[in-house]
Amino acid sequence: MASIIRKIWDRHVVTERQEGLCLLYIDRHLVHEVTSPQAFEALRLAGRKVRRPLSLLAVPDHNVPTSADRLTRIEDPDSRIQIETLRENAREAGITLYDMDDIRQGIVHITGPENGLILPGITAVCGDSHTSTLGAFGAIAFGIGTSEVEHALATQTLWQTRPREMRITVTGRLGPGVSAKDVILAIIAKIGAGGGTGYAIEYAGEAVRRMSMEERLTVCNMTIEAGGRFGMVAPDETTFTYLSGRPAAPGKAQWESAVADWKTLVSDPGTSFDREESIDASHIDPQVTWGTSPEDALPVTGVVPDPAEQPDPRVRERMERAMRYMDLRPGMRLTDIPVDKVFIGSCTNARIEDLRVAAKVARGKKVADGITALVVPGSGLVKQQAEAEGLDRIFLDAGFLWRLPGCSMCLGMNPDRLNPGERCASTSNRNFEGRMGPGGRTHLMSPMMAAAAAVTGRIVDVREVM
Amino acid sequence: MIEQFTTLKAVAIPLDRGNVDTDAIIPARFLKTIKRTGLGEGLFHAWRFDESGKEVPGFTLNMAPYRGGKILVTGENFGCGSSREHAVWSLMDFGIRVVIAPSFGDIFYHNGLKNGLLPVRLAADVVRGLIGRLEDSPGSMISVDLPAQTVTGPDGAGYPFDIGSFPKECLLKGLDEIALTLKHEPDITRYERERKAKSLWLFLDI
Repeated sequence: MASIIRKIWDRHVVTERQEGLCLLYIDRHLVHEVTSPQAFEALRLAGRKVRRPLSLLAVPDHNVPTSADRLTRIEDPDSRIQIETLRENAREAGITLYDMDDIRQGIVHITGPENGLILPGITAVCGDSHTSTLGAFGAIAFGIGTSEVEHALATQTLWQTRPREMRITVTGRLGPGVSAKDVILAIIAKIGAGGGTGYAIEYAGEAVRRMSMEERLTVCNMTIEAGGRFGMVAPDETTFTYLSGRPAAPGKAQWESAVADWKTLVSDPGTSFDREESIDASHIDPQVTWGTSPEDALPVTGVVPDPAEQPDPRVRERMERAMRYMDLRPGMRLTDIPVDKVFIGSCTNARIEDLRVAAKVARGKKVADGITALVVPGSGLVKQQAEAEGLDRIFLDAGFLWRLPGCSMCLGMNPDRLNPGERCASTSNRNFEGRMGPGGRTHLMSPMMAAAAAVTGRIVDVREVM
Repeated sequence: MIEQFTTLKAVAIPLDRGNVDTDAIIPARFLKTIKRTGLGEGLFHAWRFDESGKEVPGFTLNMAPYRGGKILVTGENFGCGSSREHAVWSLMDFGIRVVIAPSFGDIFYHNGLKNGLLPVRLAADVVRGLIGRLEDSPGSMISVDLPAQTVTGPDGAGYPFDIGSFPKECLLKGLDEIALTLKHEPDITRYERERKAKSLWLFLDI
């Protein structure tokens, strides 16, 4: 009897030392411009080569502007150098690059899956913590630092200790206006920002089974916000249907044997996990974060909590600090918080289904006065599909800005960012202090909720706007 | 690129906060470099400096007795969030060689080990005690002995800590991990051959 986590892990062990330290084979490696240049440079200095260049994909996403003129103009010279360095490193090593003028360019965790690069049962890494996203296919996918990027480039392997295993079962069904984003925010609120530390997580249960591939990607994406090493969903018909016909997925000749193998990737009945958690989907309301950690999520129907009610002085202090940073007062209703900007995008929520549900809320309405609202598709292919469906028109008619793909405002590294003191309703994954720009304030929520905030000018329960 | 580590006795800096994320350790705008050096300037930037660029006097890293401290003692889940190894590079560039906390973000923990920044996990109440002492007697020293796997507080009390035997050996000797792994090259090649024979689709080129 074994869990899916254990099954996939065991398949990838090249050799094992004491204390569960395994040399793990890496099937897929994605690289972007921010965390890879030092790795390539170190390889060069050591006279080493990329071992399996065609198992890699390189794509610029963090620094790329999302404005229409970006092919001719990137104002920040440092950003330009990082993007050029990625291009040069990819060319020299013989790695496929989805460059800025390629329709497939986009956020690495969005473009990888949609091109069929991520398959059930594989190991995938990237110098980016949100690599956990890719576990949605039933894969071991995790973020690594630059030293490990270098190690994986040179050896196609990484030294990793066996994780503890946790299963999170999401029972029941989601109500209207409630999305995968709300599920994962509720999970993080429940287990805490460090609750998953040291664990690999399998997401299971009826609500997860009913989710589309894109919704599962959203859930797995934020595994890292609970501190989890990686998260995954066992593959099923939803997974196989999604993958069928994608460019890098197995073709006709191998499809049958691949699917037969993938069907064995489930946790055997009766497998015991180191830890079990469960949450009832039918009791989850749309979620909003009030503070500066993703664990600070609350139902939108709630109020800003009162630190004075906290018995633990350290928790109280953290809450007071977050409240000062966010400029909120205890007892305020979340729906009384006005916003300055709205961001619909990021590796969490910039896939086509996210844009569809956001457009449905925005259709026929107007972005509230004084609010800047950005919609940033996760890739060129998402953008193209959205435009084919007329979603761009819906957003533009409502007064949203319709941008080119990239990480955009999520991390305050490219021209899209918050100014000091600005408050943003955001579909991204981190509400850390300064994350979206120094002094910026972030409220995490779903695409539906962000669209609703844009048209009302404040945080609002999307169920009242639908 | 690992910097050897054996023992260290140094001034320890308390930073009494939990869930310190890597965006706080070094904001994204400082990541636009293709080098590993010079990142100390951006360390805890939003906490060390005010909007006009002046040092915030009450922040422990700026306080005179803690200047030149090489050990940081802080709250749970330190280094959570983004995988940016720049967080480790900026701490080391600033002079920090050891971080003591009840727990760490997993990626940060391993990034530390790969560079020679020793992350030490101690029980939450022990860390709280150390932070209290460091705040009460600014400039106090802590000793860290990696071979013996112990931390000695300002009052002489010793605390054992855990670390994997392989990363410990790499740190003590300053070993090049990639060179060690490449000794397994025949194993890796054999693994690839066997997997390819069974599951060809895993080896489709991008």
